[in-house]
Amino acid sequence: MGEVYVVTSGKGGVGKTTSTANIGTGLAIVGKKVVMVDADIGLRNLDVVMGLENRIVYDIVDVIEGACRLKQALIRDKRYSDLYLLPAAQTKDKSALTPEQMQKLCKQLREEFEYVIIDCPAGIEQGFKNAIAGANKAIVVTTPEVSAVRDADRVIGLLEANDLRNPLLVLNRIRPEMVKRGDMMTIEDVMEILAIEILGVVPDDESIVISTNRGDPCVADDSSWAGRAYRNITRRLLGEIVPLMKLQQEKGFLGRILRFFRFGS
Amino acid sequence: MDMFNILWRRNPSKKTAKDRLKVVLVNDRTNCSNQVLEMLKNDIVKALNIYMDIDAEALDIQITQTPIGDSQGEYMPVLNANIPIKNIRKFKEQLNRRE
Repeated sequence: MGEVYVVTSGKGGVGKTTSTANIGTGLAIVGKKVVMVDADIGLRNLDVVMGLENRIVYDIVDVIEGACRLKQALIRDKRYSDLYLLPAAQTKDKSALTPEQMQKLCKQLREEFEYVIIDCPAGIEQGFKNAIAGANKAIVVTTPEVSAVRDADRVIGLLEANDLRNPLLVLNRIRPEMVKRGDMMTIEDVMEILAIEILGVVPDDESIVISTNRGDPCVADDSSWAGRAYRNITRRLLGEIVPLMKLQQEKGFLGRILRFFRFGS
Repeated sequence: MDMFNILWRRNPSKKTAKDRLKVVLVNDRTNCSNQVLEMLKNDIVKALNIYMDIDAEALDIQITQTPIGDSQGEYMPVLNANIPIKNIRKFKEQLNRRE
């Protein structure tokens, strides 16, 4: 039986879909059999982030309504043969699913796959309840901003109330130069406030935008900084002990002098 | 700390963010557990009833934040209870019984 992870955050736009795509792809790179489920009915996006938008024939609602078989709706990734996507429906809304139906679907998927990664919609209403219903583990994504951390705290409470204990934290979009200046909360600050285990830190990196433009998750890109962060996250999910990434890049002696006088950053 | 901060002694905004978050989250978290607060309220009423008649209807309890000492940004949650007493005759009865 595989593991079912739900990737959630409460607040929108903090990087749930990007994290889902990169964690799913990262696990597939090391040879795991993975399916990513887009639970954001009506606002599907995981397909474009993965670059698979042209291959959609059936979606999750078709599967649940019995309009097609599960196998027919699963889209195989173009790069990794053991990576699949179950896309969300774009024309329906979240009331097209119930938590019970999601539980049944996840049960089916985990018999077939080693990892099921569910991309949860923003918010804490019906869509959230559907997305977490079939999961047995949770990953909470947040950014070091007050609104995102507050929502993450709320979501952690709701997850625990739904028996998803010990969620793992991904702290996204860290800007080392701002942290250094004291204008952004550090990993330690956020961990102290939320009091949950950290799965990884992802720097605010242009390569995320570029890889999303291309529909090619940056976890596969050796030169990408954020990609390296997601590779570390994948390894930690597999039980390896990997130290948190050093976010301050040394730029040499001259760089340090310039930075001291605020000419560089 | 770079030159700018040293010269202007600028207050780093992350500290403000953290302090504000801590206060907001205590409120959020206690709001989530209204049920527990209600249970606590009932138990307090039960215990107090041994000693005095209290106005259970007007009883008001809540958890608030109080700064610790004079260190800025350190808060401690405090349970505040406002309990109107109708009659404290029972208190004497209890004392007599103990003796």
